[in-house]
Amino acid sequence: MEFIVKHIWLIPAAPLLAAGAGALLPKRRRRSGAGLAVGAVGVSFLLSCAAFWATLHGGRATSHFRWFDFGATSAQLGWMLDPLGAIMAVMVALVSLLIFIYSLGYMAGDGNFTRFFCFMSLFAAAMLGMVLANSLLLFFICWELVGLASYLLIGFWFQKPAAAAAARKAFITTRIGDLGFLVGMLALYSKTGTLLFYDGGGGCLEQGVIGGVAVSTAIALLIFCGAIGKSGQLPLHVWLPDAMEGPTPVSALIHAATMVAAGVFLVARVYPLMTPQALQVVTWVGALTAVFAAAIAVAQNDIKRILAYSTVSQLGYMMMGLGAGGVAVGMFHLTTHAFFKALLFLGAGSVIHGCHDEQDIRKMGGLRKRMPVTFAAYAAGMMALCGVPLFFSGFWSKDAILGAADHWSASRGPFYLGLFGAFLTAFYMTRQVCAVFFGKPATGEAERARESAPVMTAPLLILAVLAVAAGFFGTPAWPWFQRYLEGGRAGFDLSRLLDGRALTVMLLSTALVAAGITWGGWIYGRAGRGTDPFEKARPALFACLRRKFFVDEFYAATVVRLTAAFAMFCDWLDRVVLDGAVRAVSWLAVALARLNRSVDESVVNGGFDAGTEAVRGSGAWVSRFQNGQAQRYLRVIGLAFCGLLILLLWGSP
Amino acid sequence: MTTPLAHYLILAALLFGVGLAGALARRNAILVLLGLELMLNAANLNFIAFWRFSSHPGELTGLMFVLFSIAIGAAEAAIGLALVIAIHRHRRTAQVDRFDSLKG
Repeated sequence: MEFIVKHIWLIPAAPLLAAGAGALLPKRRRRSGAGLAVGAVGVSFLLSCAAFWATLHGGRATSHFRWFDFGATSAQLGWMLDPLGAIMAVMVALVSLLIFIYSLGYMAGDGNFTRFFCFMSLFAAAMLGMVLANSLLLFFICWELVGLASYLLIGFWFQKPAAAAAARKAFITTRIGDLGFLVGMLALYSKTGTLLFYDGGGGCLEQGVIGGVAVSTAIALLIFCGAIGKSGQLPLHVWLPDAMEGPTPVSALIHAATMVAAGVFLVARVYPLMTPQALQVVTWVGALTAVFAAAIAVAQNDIKRILAYSTVSQLGYMMMGLGAGGVAVGMFHLTTHAFFKALLFLGAGSVIHGCHDEQDIRKMGGLRKRMPVTFAAYAAGMMALCGVPLFFSGFWSKDAILGAADHWSASRGPFYLGLFGAFLTAFYMTRQVCAVFFGKPATGEAERARESAPVMTAPLLILAVLAVAAGFFGTPAWPWFQRYLEGGRAGFDLSRLLDGRALTVMLLSTALVAAGITWGGWIYGRAGRGTDPFEKARPALFACLRRKFFVDEFYAATVVRLTAAFAMFCDWLDRVVLDGAVRAVSWLAVALARLNRSVDESVVNGGFDAGTEAVRGSGAWVSRFQNGQAQRYLRVIGLAFCGLLILLLWGSP
Repeated sequence: MTTPLAHYLILAALLFGVGLAGALARRNAILVLLGLELMLNAANLNFIAFWRFSSHPGELTGLMFVLFSIAIGAAEAAIGLALVIAIHRHRRTAQVDRFDSLKG
């Protein structure tokens, strides 16, 4: 145990090495690539369990080291082991392991099998590094690695234009949030002088309110911007449903264990920075997102998109839990949600696989008999998500959030929004399950559907067990999870369950869930094929929900158009102004060169030519004397001789 | 009564002038050669005259000199005539103004 506490970095290092090695493997080494990834994440899981065991016995550790110096100060990175990180590490490693095993079956027919596992390992490594980081800087590095891995995996089938666009959208949208995160981080650094979380009293989480409540709130909200982007909260949720273009195991990993959990975990990790004012914002954003996304999910037809909006909605619940109730409430829902959402996605993947890559729920139906194992597991996940009382984990974790919202002093709004969201959740999940598993097969594909291979159903069953069992670790009667995060021990006390106010909330949510399931079952259980009954009743509302409240259209009309206009302006600036200046300079240079050439040709060459012409002319004139007639030479000599003679006779006195 | 030296010299100069005129003015190569011979003989006459009127005419130096000069003149005439014949064979003419290949 001592070993793992000291060497906590080994947990993310294993999948990181697997990713590096996998990147170097040739494409055809499918078995080695997959084996490496599964083995590495398995090692991470075992090490995480060891670390978790150590924290159960009070093991805590923080370490830090210098990365590089700049000026008088230095960038510090570090690792830490605490209950929050340990439980996340176990959850991430376990869910990743199950998804990896499932992928062995799901991706078996893909040509880029090795690359897939390389990226998946990188994803898991980045997430594990994030949960165990003891420095906001290291956290941010891993955070961006998660973003990179999600980009690579959402765009894994980059031949499809939709997948490539979705990958870009995910990357750019989350980058908007990350900008806030980065600014918040810099502001935090300028106020505290350190980015280490815990450093024997000197870390940035241990200093209480930083530079006044207003400054502290501003920093907290900037960091929350990052969480909004990554966790798909209200203004920046648009990327998450589009991310469904990736392979289904990727969706499961993004939605359950890694990407979106990162935002919630960020808020939980920097919880000491969150002032009450910041927490109010967190709560409201979460509550609004929860209802908003749940309403959209009601009108979707793609099996994975329904789950995607459900994830957005559940993330809203987590944020609401963090804001209203504290770290334990939000984290508990994060953990249970990870299990049942991974289960639902892998189940959806199994259904899609069984129906030969069909994702439209209107073209399914009657799969209950053809895929019994998938159906059983999916039903467990669906009931956990809806929050069916007592035996399903979602009930307990959602109830904890609703209870916290009930006790929240600032406003009653989030509580009512949460209750309404719970009703909608039950309704849309019932709609989906009815359309997929009950009734008659709508197409030949659905009729010929077969149960998936054991390598895919086994992880489903394990996750189904976890989706049911995880809830019992955090019931009001035995709040083990909550006490564990706080570092205490939980006792069993049934009377807490029967506390008046808590019981009221519980009964209220149970009644709403029952109403949602019954109503959904009543509408969709009897509905034949054809137009959606809800669409028949309320066509305008349904169309609005189908188009996701026109958020994408709104962004396309405002942000995208503004950006495009600005880009056009920049293009114009570049082409006309900058290029014009460059062209003028080049024109000037050419003109000078022409002038230079003409001076050279006319003056210099002309003078030279004239000189040589004169020499040539005089040579030609002189050469006429040499006509080849020896007699004439002799005459010249004779004349010269006579001339010389006369000069001698008369020249000298 | 002996003839004074000046008379010999004048005769030699006239002879030289006649030879030079022939060499410069004649078109026929053979007559040019004849002119050259006259000029050579004018020089020979000068040699003899200066020898006879020198301080020791008893020694035969002048006579020997002229004998050499005549021998060389004969050789020169032979070469000249041979050249003329060779050119005549080649060019079918003995006119000097047609010989114009002696140039660059």
